[in-house]
Amino acid sequence: MSARIDPVLRAEYELPLQPFEPAQAPSVRAKGARVPGWLPNWLRKGILLLVLAALWEWAARAANNDLLLPSFLQTARAFVDGVASGELPRYVGVSLAVLLQGYLAGALGAFLLTTLAMSSRLGRDLLELLTAMFNPLPAIALLPVALLWFGLGKGSLVFVLVHSVMWPLALNAYAGFRAVPDTLRMAGRNYGLGGLRMVTQILVPAALPAILSGLKIGWAFAWRTLIAAELVFGTTSGKGGLGWYIFQSRNELFTDKVFAGLATVIVIGLLFEHIVFDAVERMTVRRWGMQR
Amino acid sequence: MNVFPFQAALSASPLPAPLLRAQDVSIDYASGAGTVRATHEVSFDVYEGDRFVLLGPSGCGKSTLLKAVGGFVQPTSGGLLLRGRRILRPGPDRIVVFQEFDQLPPWKTVRQNVMFPLLVNGVKRKEAEARAMHWLDKVGLARFADAYPHTLSGGMKARVAIARALAMQPDILLMDEPFGALDALTRRRMQEELQALWEEVGFTMLFVTHSIEEALVVGNRILLLSPHPGRVRAEINSHQFSLASSGSEDFQAAAQRIHRLLFGDEPPSAPAGLPEAPAAVAVQA
Repeated sequence: MSARIDPVLRAEYELPLQPFEPAQAPSVRAKGARVPGWLPNWLRKGILLLVLAALWEWAARAANNDLLLPSFLQTARAFVDGVASGELPRYVGVSLAVLLQGYLAGALGAFLLTTLAMSSRLGRDLLELLTAMFNPLPAIALLPVALLWFGLGKGSLVFVLVHSVMWPLALNAYAGFRAVPDTLRMAGRNYGLGGLRMVTQILVPAALPAILSGLKIGWAFAWRTLIAAELVFGTTSGKGGLGWYIFQSRNELFTDKVFAGLATVIVIGLLFEHIVFDAVERMTVRRWGMQR
Repeated sequence: MNVFPFQAALSASPLPAPLLRAQDVSIDYASGAGTVRATHEVSFDVYEGDRFVLLGPSGCGKSTLLKAVGGFVQPTSGGLLLRGRRILRPGPDRIVVFQEFDQLPPWKTVRQNVMFPLLVNGVKRKEAEARAMHWLDKVGLARFADAYPHTLSGGMKARVAIARALAMQPDILLMDEPFGALDALTRRRMQEELQALWEEVGFTMLFVTHSIEEALVVGNRILLLSPHPGRVRAEINSHQFSLASSGSEDFQAAAQRIHRLLFGDEPPSAPAGLPEAPAAVAVQA
């Protein structure tokens, strides 16, 4: 018995092309429109946040100990009071000013280091060695040295910030540069690009997804390093930052203020992640189809 | 020694000076422990207006040869001369159209992509824009001038790359299997469009392919290269063929002749195509 099945022979046909009405086309879902049956993104997350806050409130009331666990409402009140009195914004301002200085200095250092690595063999070895050595080193571990060198105050803070930003950013940017397709490099050379023009016009934009993710990681590292460092020695730097606010509130047993300070750290982190970096990504890499 | 004795018999009048001359070009590249010879003493002349095809199976060094003409690879021995001047480095007088789609910077719109090399080479923005639109119109993409490359199909990306190359008005257009990543129907269409562009504009190009049919359709002159290392096997005329004549007996005879020259007398296994081993050795600059 043969396993072959002969397909049925059918008649051929040709059709005149039907005119196509655009109305027949399935309507393309407008950008940002929600999937039917689902709430918009921010609302879903908002509801989740509310549920978490309710759980917190319930747990705090069950524990019934304001000193150890203030309730959500108490914390919110402390937060609102802090903002209204101008106390919290002042601390946040001090922290952000230091953060920005350290962040920019670290980013500049990372850019110099990667440019060096891209232009010479020795630079590459240097970058690989330095990042392998220093990236795993916690910034806080450098604080004693920073205190010795720069004394109490802003100098030490900026120093540990630079340390926490530079290595992860350099590592990411370098990986991004190396992943630039050969074809794109050759196209650049074909048009006569070389040196710094090659870096700025081909390599940096092509590596932007990696650079942005490095900047994001660097931002998170810097933020948490700063708060921790302020907790340790922000006390004597004259003007304290957010970490100092948390530390001092704990000393004075204002636990609700401690929680309000922590909430501020979280809120600022969320704002930067979702507003600043998100906007930059939307305008660049996502628009260019380099990242979904 | 006269490298091309048959040319004297073919045309009584002396040939003009070639636009591009390759003289005994040998190229080696490092591979693991030692060096591998990609091409061995390859000579050919490309004249103004030529659609010169480098044809051969994988390993014949055709892409390496094109990269050497582009200035990305230096020959170990022999000379590559463009208008009598030795080729030392990449330059905008030889624009390459690559096969890979990522030759278009994704952060630039179609228009900015075409303008990019013009601006790099000092053309004023206004003029660059006018030239970009002119060439985008020529390849039928004027409507997509403000689109980003990731929204285009493969064929459209290839068209942008061609428009970008032609807008530079290079001495010679270097095409490295430009349609190799396209589907068969789109490839046919692009071959037709390239032919139409050449008839309208009249540029010179060096075209690398491993498809016998594409070589016959696209080129007016074909250099056959044998593999391992690449050596010249023959140089033949193909100006009489086009996509319209691809079914004709002459065309089939020419395809079989090329196949015989490259593979000896074994019968062709697939119609008008050379076996391309998957990524044998990456030959990169």
